[in-house]
Amino acid sequence: MDAAAIIRVEALVKSYEMQRILDGIQFSIQKGSITTIMGVSGAGKSVLLRHLIALERPDSGAVYVDEEDIFSMSWKRLNRMRRRLGVLFQDAALFDSLSVWDNVAFPIKEHRGLSRSQIAQRVEEKLAMVGMLRHRAKLPAELSGGMRKRVGLARALAMDPEIVFFDEPTTGLDPVTRAAIYRLIRHAHDATGGTFVIVSHDIEGVLEISDELFMLWNGKIVAQGTPEQIRDSSDPLVHQFVTGSAEGPIDVDMTSS
Amino acid sequence: MVSVLQGYSGLHRYGAESMIGATVALGLARELGPVLCALMIIGRVGSAFTAELGSMRNTQQIDALASMAVEPVQYLVAPRIIAATVSLPILTMIFCFFGMVGGYWVAVAYLGLDAGMFLGGVRYYLAVEDVAHGLTKSVAFGLIFSLIACSEGYHARGGARGVGLATTRSVVVSAALVLIGDYVMTSLMFHHG
Repeated sequence: MDAAAIIRVEALVKSYEMQRILDGIQFSIQKGSITTIMGVSGAGKSVLLRHLIALERPDSGAVYVDEEDIFSMSWKRLNRMRRRLGVLFQDAALFDSLSVWDNVAFPIKEHRGLSRSQIAQRVEEKLAMVGMLRHRAKLPAELSGGMRKRVGLARALAMDPEIVFFDEPTTGLDPVTRAAIYRLIRHAHDATGGTFVIVSHDIEGVLEISDELFMLWNGKIVAQGTPEQIRDSSDPLVHQFVTGSAEGPIDVDMTSS
Repeated sequence: MVSVLQGYSGLHRYGAESMIGATVALGLARELGPVLCALMIIGRVGSAFTAELGSMRNTQQIDALASMAVEPVQYLVAPRIIAATVSLPILTMIFCFFGMVGGYWVAVAYLGLDAGMFLGGVRYYLAVEDVAHGLTKSVAFGLIFSLIACSEGYHARGGARGVGLATTRSVVVSAALVLIGDYVMTSLMFHHG
C-alpha cells in the first residue's frame, strides 16, 4: 500500500458482451499529482475513468479513494465523496438548457450554502480563469468545442475539488486551443494543488504536463513512469505509441470489413 | 362535436334527441376526455420527455449530474412524473369543458336542438362520480405515460438513432398501455358503479 496514494485501483475487471475491457487493472495515483492514463482509442481509458468516479460498477476489483472502496459505499457516502471530485467530460457534458453562467453555478448552488453574491463571485472567478466571462449569457449550443471545454473546466473546478478527472480534454481541438487547455489545466493545478487525473491519447500534450503516466493496452496497464521514462522507454508498445508509428505491436486494424 | 353529430343520427331515429347532452357529457367525462387527452399528451409531452432525457443520457449530462453528487432520478425524473400526474387531470378537465362547449354549439346552433334540453340532460344524467371516474383514469394515465417516457429516455443508448428508437417505443408502449389500462379501469368501475 502506498501511503501517499489518494486513489488506488485493485484488480479491476470489466467486460461488455463477453469482451474484456479492463483485465485486472492495478495502480495508484499520488495525492497532488497530475497523472495521465494514456492509450490508443478503444483501449478502455474512458471505461476506466467511469469506474474511478463510480459511474460504472466493475465485474470484480475495487477502487479506493483515501483507502475507502467506492463500490461498497452507501449512496449517501458516495455522494459525499463525489463532492470532492470535479469531472471534465469528453464533450464537456454541459447542461444545454442552462447558460454558461448557470452551468458553472449549478454545482455550487446544489451543494454550498452560499449567498447569491458569493455564488456570483465564485462563478465569475472560475469563468475569468478560463477566459469565458464575456460569454456567460450564452447557451452551450452557441459555443465552439474549445469554448465548451473551457466552460466544462470551469464547472469541474467550481467546487474547488480535491480530485479532478479529465476525459480526453483536447480531443477534436485545434493545436492552439489544445495548448490553451493544457495551460489552463497546469494553472488550475498550480492554483489548487489538487490531484488531477487525465485520460488521453494526446501523447505530446500529456507528456508536457503530467507527473506520472500509465499506459493502457488490452485491458492492462503495460507501462508506468514519469514523462522522461515514458519518452525514453524501449518497450515496443510504449515506443510505438509515443512516436505515433503505424508499425509495431499495436495493431490498428484498418482493413476489417 | 363529432359525437354530437353521430349521436344525433342514432338517437333521432328513436326520437331520443333529448339524450344528446347526457350522451356527450358522459362520453367525454368517463371515456373520451381522459383517453384522447392522454393520447395527445403522450404524443406531445411523452415524446419530449424521452427525447430530452435520451439526449441528456447520450451527451453524458446525466453522468455529469451524478458526478456532481446530484441524484439524476430525483432531479430529472421525479419532477416530470409528478408534473404529468398532476397536470393530466387538469388538462382533461379543460379538454372536457371545450368538448362540451363544442358539442353544445353543434347541437344547438347547427342541429337546432333546444338549449334547455341539452343542458338539462347534462345536469340530470352527469353525476359527480362520472367526473371522478374520468379524473381517476387521467391520474393513472399520467403516471403510466410519464413512467414509460422517462424510463425509455433515461436508459436510451446508441446516439441519435437510439434516442429516436426510444422515443418511438415510448409513444407506442404508452399509447397501448393507456388503452389497455382504460379497458381494465372501465371494467373495474363498471362493476363498482
